[in-house]
Amino acid sequence: MATMQSRNLARMMLFPSVVLLLAWMIVPLCMTLYFSFLDYNLLTPGNEEFIGFLNYEFFLTDPAFFASFFNTLLLVGGVLLITICGGIGLAILLDQAIWGRNYVRIMVLAPFFVMPTVSALVWKNMLMNPVNGLFAHFAIWIGVEPVDFFAQIPLLSIIIIVSWQWLPFAALILLTSIQSLDREQLEAADLDGAGPFSKFIYIVMPHLSRAITAVILIETIFLLSIFAEILVTTSGGPGYASTNLTYLIYTQSLLQFDVGGGSAGGIVAVIIANIVAIFLMRLIGKNLED
Amino acid sequence: MGSITLKQVTKTFGDVNVIKPIDLQIHDGEFIVFVGPSGCGKSTLLRMIAGLEDTTSGNIDIDGKDATNTPPAKRGLAMVFQSYALYPHMSVRNNIAFPLKRAKVPPAEIEAKIASAAKILNLGDYLDRKPGQLSGGQRQRVAIGRAIVRQPSAFLFDEPLSNLDASLRVNMRLEISELHKTLDTTMIYVTHDQVEAMTMADRIAVFNAGVIEQVGTPLELYQTPVNRFVAGFIGSPKMNFIEVEPVDGNPTSCVGVRPEHLKVTQDKGLWTGKVGVIEHLGSETFLHIHVDGVGPLTLKADGDCPLKYGDNVNLTAPQNKIMHFDAAGKTLPPTPFSGN
Ligand SMILES: Nc1ncnc2c1ncn2[C@@H]1O[C@H](COP(=O)(O)OP(=O)(O)O)[C@@H](O)[C@H]1O
Ligand SMILES: [Mg+2]
Repeated sequence: MATMQSRNLARMMLFPSVVLLLAWMIVPLCMTLYFSFLDYNLLTPGNEEFIGFLNYEFFLTDPAFFASFFNTLLLVGGVLLITICGGIGLAILLDQAIWGRNYVRIMVLAPFFVMPTVSALVWKNMLMNPVNGLFAHFAIWIGVEPVDFFAQIPLLSIIIIVSWQWLPFAALILLTSIQSLDREQLEAADLDGAGPFSKFIYIVMPHLSRAITAVILIETIFLLSIFAEILVTTSGGPGYASTNLTYLIYTQSLLQFDVGGGSAGGIVAVIIANIVAIFLMRLIGKNLED
Repeated sequence: MGSITLKQVTKTFGDVNVIKPIDLQIHDGEFIVFVGPSGCGKSTLLRMIAGLEDTTSGNIDIDGKDATNTPPAKRGLAMVFQSYALYPHMSVRNNIAFPLKRAKVPPAEIEAKIASAAKILNLGDYLDRKPGQLSGGQRQRVAIGRAIVRQPSAFLFDEPLSNLDASLRVNMRLEISELHKTLDTTMIYVTHDQVEAMTMADRIAVFNAGVIEQVGTPLELYQTPVNRFVAGFIGSPKMNFIEVEPVDGNPTSCVGVRPEHLKVTQDKGLWTGKVGVIEHLGSETFLHIHVDGVGPLTLKADGDCPLKYGDNVNLTAPQNKIMHFDAAGKTLPPTPFSGN
């Protein structure tokens, strides 16, 4: 890509796909933006009219908005915490020379291939069900009251389910990173008198920082829009206890047929996602440089 | 203190016997070089001494105490790796301080040690840089710095110069030799380059396929190699080997002449041949001479050698410079040699 000619050629070749991508993104975004200023309800079609920021006012002053905003942050933060910590642990375990390591690695990756709805259903009906669930049986077996997960700790239950889905992803990325760590550095640390703990803190963790950053950024993008797991398990309830922004927009626009209100919510969600993205890039983006 | 004794040390990976029983006495303060072709087990033995590989059988004594199963950090040895193995996210200063911090040395003392190491190795200007911002030679120095602050009883070097370019290698060779004289600490240095071995070593151990063929000073190895392998490995260009038919009463099956001892003569000489490729190095000239029935011989001549490609020449060598080897490659006492 050194000469002017090759640079221009590269730009020309990129042009169609960039235009397509932009159109793909810009058109729906603009339409959403447009709808968000309309009084547009599917139950009363034909009398859309411009109502300024009224949709935004309704959305932002709705008590459900704040509840779901914090639920979104809790959900993202909780899942990130569990998957990063668990992922580091798993990656270190999987890096050990154990018998049948390759099979174990594939098994560990399995949850990632299961559809969100399916895994949420499995968790709901087979594991967390307060009567028939495995956890309930176990609780009765050790003699304690079974937990009604989706009634008592709905958000935490969803965090657990989503973490289970994303743990393999984090573990796999971190495992590749651990495997790329120069063994001679660890040996040098051995000779320098570093114990397992020092080696982890001073050699392994700094080496992993890049991979951890990548995992945080990628997971955040997907976790901000968690939907299927909530729909299948708690439907956002009880009350708004497990409603996140995505789910709130769904209830607003689809359940109440309010396209205008839902669009305003969508734009708010886009803005929040961007704020989170900028915040993350500022905070940890430098790890991805050089 | 830094004497190391290997007693019948062996190493097996799976069912591959990489180190055959080895006995070696490394004296305090000596610069010993392990030299041998790639894959002969030099690094493995060095890593066993460092404690990075288990010893399959035999004993390693350090300063008279059995250290066969002592963990690496407790052996009091420092190692400089081929890849340098610097910690990439720490500054040069922190790299050097790392072993001291692990040993809970007080901060003031750490600072003093870093300063003195930086002075010895000329690291002063880039103490606050990361290893990624340094050149190969500078990284090498940092790796050595990290080793010397620990004041180990012996330094272990595993091919430390192989990633450097030729001229830097010559400089670092001198610097490491200089460092050895300054610190007066035992150094074990692994290389596959016999020039490094010859120029740096007090003593050389020549390795071949997991055994030590010979241990001695550079001159001993050059002048009195015990077998054909050592004779061929030490010296550059390589010694010429000429197969001969053993006759009754003389078990010689091969004679060896170093290129620098081979001479062009006007008389009949021992061999006749045709000059092939000529390499002019300025100070000297390497001639590749094709001798019928013997093969190519290398001859080292003066820089202004007048011979040309295709010339016919007669070759000879002083009788006392011709080495004799038996069928197994063992060196035989000198006997007169009168050509094939
Ligand atoms: N960890 C290992 N597992 C199996 N074989 C090994 C291992 N390390 C080295 N070897 C083998 O041992 C032999 C000697 O290796 P090494 O000591 O690295 O040679 P060198 O003299 O080039 O330093 C080689 O044949 C190598 O393949
Ligand atoms: Mg080696």
